[in-house]
Amino acid sequence: MPTLEQDKEDKTELRDRIASSQIWRSIFRHGFDDTQRNRVLQMTAGFLLHTRPVKVWTHGIRLRYTWGAGGLTFLMFVVACITGVVLMFYYRPVPEYAYADMKYLKFDIPFGMFMRNMHRWSAHAMVLLVLVHMLRVFLTGSYKKPREFNWVIGVCLLTLTLLLSFTGYLLPWDQLSIWAVTVGTNMARATPFLGHEGPFSEFLPFISPRYDARSLLLGGTIVAQGTLLRFYVLHCIVLPIFAIWFVMVHFYRIRKDGGISGPNKALEPPLVARPVPAGQIAPESSPPKASGALPENQPGQENQSARKSEGESE
Amino acid sequence: MTASSTPKADAGDRAALPAKVFAWPGLLRIESLVALAAIIILCVWSITIDAPLEEPANPAITPNPAKAPWYFLGLQELLVYFDPWIAGVVIPGLCIVGLMAIPYLDVNLKGNGYYTFKRRAFAISTFLFGFLGLWIIPIVIGVFFRGPGWNLFWPWEHWDIHKVVAQNNVNLGNLIGIKNYLAEAVLGIVFLSAWYVVPPLVLWRKKYAESPTLKAMGLTRFVITAFLFQSMMLVPLKIFARLVLHVKYFLVLPWFNV
Repeated sequence: MPTLEQDKEDKTELRDRIASSQIWRSIFRHGFDDTQRNRVLQMTAGFLLHTRPVKVWTHGIRLRYTWGAGGLTFLMFVVACITGVVLMFYYRPVPEYAYADMKYLKFDIPFGMFMRNMHRWSAHAMVLLVLVHMLRVFLTGSYKKPREFNWVIGVCLLTLTLLLSFTGYLLPWDQLSIWAVTVGTNMARATPFLGHEGPFSEFLPFISPRYDARSLLLGGTIVAQGTLLRFYVLHCIVLPIFAIWFVMVHFYRIRKDGGISGPNKALEPPLVARPVPAGQIAPESSPPKASGALPENQPGQENQSARKSEGESE
Repeated sequence: MTASSTPKADAGDRAALPAKVFAWPGLLRIESLVALAAIIILCVWSITIDAPLEEPANPAITPNPAKAPWYFLGLQELLVYFDPWIAGVVIPGLCIVGLMAIPYLDVNLKGNGYYTFKRRAFAISTFLFGFLGLWIIPIVIGVFFRGPGWNLFWPWEHWDIHKVVAQNNVNLGNLIGIKNYLAEAVLGIVFLSAWYVVPPLVLWRKKYAESPTLKAMGLTRFVITAFLFQSMMLVPLKIFARLVLHVKYFLVLPWFNV
């Protein structure tokens, strides 16, 4: 019987042997000791984590500041993507089969209903969280310079989220879906110029119930098989590609715009009428170690060294 | 990189916190915990509550009421007060464009990166009014208070499909006794033009001299902001006019009505 110490030693030895093997070293390029070098390498050496900076603003990791809403929106998107792919294995976007496949998912497929529930509720949570995230970004004024364009991308993502959710709404092909989509797409026939019941459509002779903005969405004059296929393709291919693309740009620009937003006195006019030269910082507000150019700061980006932990305190 | 500050273990008071910490483990720990909590909640939610599935689609049977998904019920609610081309096309379009324009219209440098109401009173109250008043509340009304015929019902009230609601709405012109179509159209145009032009013009003329904000905005930004703001406020104005004065349209033209 090996003693406890021997056992522990064997395990440590085994761990070290695995961690120093050629296969392991070819995959993970960082060690596991808690050193600064390893903390940097863990973030930069792999693909997934390199999307985040090596160092982050202290205030930016407070839940009280970000509410975690943006990251959770992305998490919900990932969950919806994974469960959505599973659902695609069992679903046929044809009126004859679509509804039957819902029942099949519910009664015959192991965890089929769980997958469908997870897909549906994560999609609803995503819509909710994207609204919460937008509210947080507005309340903290994070859309202001230099992050104006990332807000614009965010509005595109809000629109894409709503469209993704709306196109998915039709796919179960039950009464709830087709009538909700009928109500939603009915508005398109009132599009100015391009809808057959919209104002000024009489000036465009080729606009008719069969050829207008609504029939483009429906693939016909009513919600039928053409609509189901269109919404399926939009939901599973077109909109996710756009969403992934915009999300990548959204995340990339967070980094390029100087990380998560935070209080920055250098960008603000002083409340008290006291002339402060541009770029100069009130000495008491700068923590000693944070001053000077930080590695992540590119030239021309905001100088965050003037920030206080709370912007309100004067 | 290696010369940067390390996270302090005894970070009791906030002033002592370093400006930056290593993302590993500072950020990743909290991210993983929040993600874990979210996935657990989602799993419990998915186990306990099934996604809805009604009878098979049947184009011959229209449910009453036919409701859009909850996040579009705000727009469906607007259909009560506006024609479809405004409620379904113009207003959503203006919402998207207006939201995108916000960073370029807001010239206030204050309140960037922290919570404050005092320094951004107009921006925040306008946004909250639009977000809560014109988006969230109509959704709540649409989800819980709309029944057959899109009539208002209390959540506990029986949905009487034969409920009769008097529709005695009249156009703005009729309201003040104008019977002539042309005169009515002119009145409508004058009214809407005044809505868009007079309040911003008065504000600009009266406040420009003493307001650094208006000077910083310049005329172009001001005109766009005023247009978007007045368009937003047209929605509660129309709701008020409909509910209190029973106004159907402000403006009636051969091509469209507002």
